[in-house]
Amino acid sequence: MAKEKVKERANWPVTILLIIGLITIIFPLYMAVVIAFKDPTEMTNDIAGILSLPSHWSLDNFIEAIQVTDFFNSFLNSLIITVVAVVASILIHSLAAYAIGRNMDHKKIFKASYYFIIAGMYVPFAILMMPLVKQTAVMHLDNMVGVMILYIVFYMPMNMMLYTGYLRNIPIALEEAARMDGASTWSTYWKVIFPLMKPMHATVAVITGLAVWNDVMTPLVIMGGQGVNTLPLAQMNFQTAFSTNYNLAFASYLLAMLPMIVFYIVAQKQIIGGVTNGAVK
Amino acid sequence: MASTATKVGSGRNKTFMAILIPVLVIFCAFNTFPLITGFLYSFTDSKGYGAFNIVGLQNYMDMFTDTRILNSYLFTFKVAVVATLLTNVISLMLAIGLSSKIRFKSALRGVYFVPRILGGLVVGYVFSYFFTYIVPAITGTESILASSDWAWVAIVVVLVWQACAQTTIIYITGLSSVPEDVYEAGALDGATGWDKFRYITFPLIMPSVTTNMVLVMKDMLMVFDQIVAMTSGGPAQSTESISYLIYNNGLSGGQFGYQCANAVIFFILIAVVSILQTKFLNSKEEQL
Repeated sequence: MAKEKVKERANWPVTILLIIGLITIIFPLYMAVVIAFKDPTEMTNDIAGILSLPSHWSLDNFIEAIQVTDFFNSFLNSLIITVVAVVASILIHSLAAYAIGRNMDHKKIFKASYYFIIAGMYVPFAILMMPLVKQTAVMHLDNMVGVMILYIVFYMPMNMMLYTGYLRNIPIALEEAARMDGASTWSTYWKVIFPLMKPMHATVAVITGLAVWNDVMTPLVIMGGQGVNTLPLAQMNFQTAFSTNYNLAFASYLLAMLPMIVFYIVAQKQIIGGVTNGAVK
Repeated sequence: MASTATKVGSGRNKTFMAILIPVLVIFCAFNTFPLITGFLYSFTDSKGYGAFNIVGLQNYMDMFTDTRILNSYLFTFKVAVVATLLTNVISLMLAIGLSSKIRFKSALRGVYFVPRILGGLVVGYVFSYFFTYIVPAITGTESILASSDWAWVAIVVVLVWQACAQTTIIYITGLSSVPEDVYEAGALDGATGWDKFRYITFPLIMPSVTTNMVLVMKDMLMVFDQIVAMTSGGPAQSTESISYLIYNNGLSGGQFGYQCANAVIFFILIAVVSILQTKFLNSKEEQL
């Protein structure tokens, strides 16, 4: 308590207001948890019946939801798509940004390429979606591979901007030193520049990863109705098929949210930092 | 090794071109090319399959008398404007609170950020239940999701609930960049409370305001997941967002060419709104 007095007085009224405000965040999640653990017979029509704690915490709904939504398969698909999209984005977008960023000040073709790609940020998926459905079908890319390629293209404008912005702070003298030692541009990039961009890799990984993991529209239109699901797609199919059993439904929603919540608990600092960096830059 | 200097120079250029070209090819193949095909399809009566005719500007003219399309624009802009303003006001208040000398600061910030990491679809399903069963049980009225006059409010609530997380964090970053001595100087001039916020804090965090307004507005205009989860565009097509209508009628409603025209207009609107917003808000930014 002695330490407390040295610090500036805490603003308790604001602290308490903010804690009360947390209800808006926690209530929907609380609701999901209690309903997911309850037996359907416990659900009465009054609000107490819905929101009271379950009389015994049962995992039955979760076990059933895992089977009905084929959870592990959907989870694995989501994981593969997200990991591939994130890793490819980091490798390809940073490399492309290096080629463009180091040349755009004195070469027109690189400068034009930069603005050409950046302009892609204003293109909503809605306009690409219809032609892409046809195009991916013709190219036999109406599958997970196609979805991954599309993510690499869709997040290129944003990531390109982040990486080129970051590159401006990396002095060119570092590369020249490596070049004097006889290293090629290619190996200079991977040995010197790529490791230096680590903070930006984290930002790109977080933004791209969150967007891809939670995306519904791309897998829905590109590989919907083929029996291969991502986690959000599995929720959608489940909803159309078994929407009446809310206990089962909420168990399924919680399962879908769980991986991200666990990841957030582990890497909270990196996630918040990544989202902030990506938006402010 | 004297001659290697020029060799290295040209090798460097070759490497850069060898990187640039494949990247441009893949970008054009999956972004520029579909954009152009979508634009071309907008002049046809294609159903999405089979033969089609070129109909010139007919699709664009039809759009202006199509009440379903006009309503979707009205709905989308209404939701986007209301949700963007609400998100920014609430987030700014939260950010000021979370930046003051409070206890449990990092824990509070951590929990307020949680909605950002969750998927819009699943959050939509959870809120759908909330508006269908919990709210009516408390108020004793019918669910607003069943009302074509009020269902949009439920959509706004979900959107704001999720969007506040990131917006708040960006405002916190903005607030932390305001130097303490600016406040001290202001305090000497007698600036307190609202005046301090209005004349000192707000002008100085204008860059964050710009960022947030543009980012949130763009996201809101493209709203899709929450519509799918909560209303499927209903009741009576009252909550059809532009993206949802393009998806629904363009891909399974036999209006491929027509919805391509809709998408072209939508694309232009998004670009214009984002650019105008940046210009307008940038002109209001103050330099330290």
